[in-house]
Amino acid sequence: MGVLSTVAFWVLAGVAVVFGALVFRVDSMARATYCLAASFVAVAVVLVLFRQDYLGVVTALMMIMEMAIMAVYMVMFMGMNPALMPMSMVHGRRTALGLSVGLFVVLTVGVLLVPWPSRRGTPIADVTRALGESIMGPKMLVMLTVSPVLFATIVAALVLAMPRGRYDRLGDDLRRRPPTDPQRGGVGR
Amino acid sequence: MTGGVTPLSAGWAPVVALVLLAGAVVAAALDAALDSVPAGRADRARPGRRRTVTAAVARLLRQRRRVPVAADVLLWRIGVAALPVAALLMAAVLPLGRWTLVDWPVGVVWFNAVDVAVWAAVWLAGWGPNSAHALIGGYRFLAQALAYELPLMFALTAPAVAAGTLRIGGVVQAQQSLWFVVWMPVAFLAFCLGVAGFSVFGPLSAPAGSDIAGGVLAEASGVDRLIVLAGRYLLLTAGSGFAAALFLGGGAGPLLPAWAWMALKTLAVLSALVVLRRRLPVLRPDRFMEVGWLVLVPVTLLQLLVVSVVVVAR
Repeated sequence: MGVLSTVAFWVLAGVAVVFGALVFRVDSMARATYCLAASFVAVAVVLVLFRQDYLGVVTALMMIMEMAIMAVYMVMFMGMNPALMPMSMVHGRRTALGLSVGLFVVLTVGVLLVPWPSRRGTPIADVTRALGESIMGPKMLVMLTVSPVLFATIVAALVLAMPRGRYDRLGDDLRRRPPTDPQRGGVGR
Repeated sequence: MTGGVTPLSAGWAPVVALVLLAGAVVAAALDAALDSVPAGRADRARPGRRRTVTAAVARLLRQRRRVPVAADVLLWRIGVAALPVAALLMAAVLPLGRWTLVDWPVGVVWFNAVDVAVWAAVWLAGWGPNSAHALIGGYRFLAQALAYELPLMFALTAPAVAAGTLRIGGVVQAQQSLWFVVWMPVAFLAFCLGVAGFSVFGPLSAPAGSDIAGGVLAEASGVDRLIVLAGRYLLLTAGSGFAAALFLGGGAGPLLPAWAWMALKTLAVLSALVVLRRRLPVLRPDRFMEVGWLVLVPVTLLQLLVVSVVVVAR
């Protein structure tokens, strides 16, 4: 890496950590959520700096999308009133601080102690493909199994969490038309 | 491979911004002109009240900014400013004829990431003013974004799969013999709907709907309001440009130079969106959500399947 990218790396790393810490300092759920989003976007830019353009841009995409939705849930479920008013972002302060500092130390020590291989030769043109193949290539079966399992988990969790099923909508003999819905959908089911 | 487009130096960025702004002004002027066409007797009763873009801009620049009590001004300003910035970031990877500002190998994904950033922008613009109507507008936007975004993503995937590249220039070049709109019309329509979605425009303008006193626009006044309104037209222009590049062959065409064709096609899509706004009702977000998931997602997935099969069989 050149001087410029080294400086950019450290600045972005700093931005990621500072915004990560701000999550616990600000007094509104919206600010906390979008601080987290900013932290993730800084990490995404670091990925672009590593020439992992695709992964970097996709990380930014996913994280902004996720945080935009998460803000809604944070406001809805966190806090008493619900979090439309200023509120503290911390609870269980001492335990949480101890755990997070401990984890940070463990991870940092890990990063510093791992004997990273030094570069041999030059990186190939398409590093994204190379990374994908080295991560997934020999483990494609695992990847193919994991994604349907994850998807099934999401569907199962939704089904369990649904307060209303088809019998509530369509009656005991499933014949009621139109179904009773608290809100009509758009396709006239 | 550069895909037939020449990257410009960073010094050209203001020029690209001005070109985008010109497109947005044309769209706004067309919109205002259509507004002042008398639609019925009630309108004809007030002659001489023509709404022009210049007058609207001048009025908003003169107007004093109102800030509601306990507004989260920082987040509000970020949300408002992010709209035109997002449009510019989209335009940065768009091939304008033979030139492009950034010829990025992941241009299609970049466009997608920026249009998702609009989610955050609109929600923040709704959250910031600490007003119930604006907040409802923000929530409405996220609800319908969940419905239009996946179809938009699949619609974006189709040209990328057909061209075998995520580079916008490559997608344009892959359409030399046949425009993608011809054999992926569903993706094109879903894409245009997505453009209307992230521009909070036309049938998907419920987040700024008059039934909630303007929604995300409810509290925006003065220069803030100007930036939000301009940002919507800028996003609409950038989105039309991408529709031209991804589906209508970009700068391809006889006689005229590539930039002229690109401009013509972009303006054609833009005008169609502006004209159609008057022909289509504003969709209710709760109804549109079900349409998005039960109709648009399967239909765009099928379109993607057709495209993939054609690509493999070719």
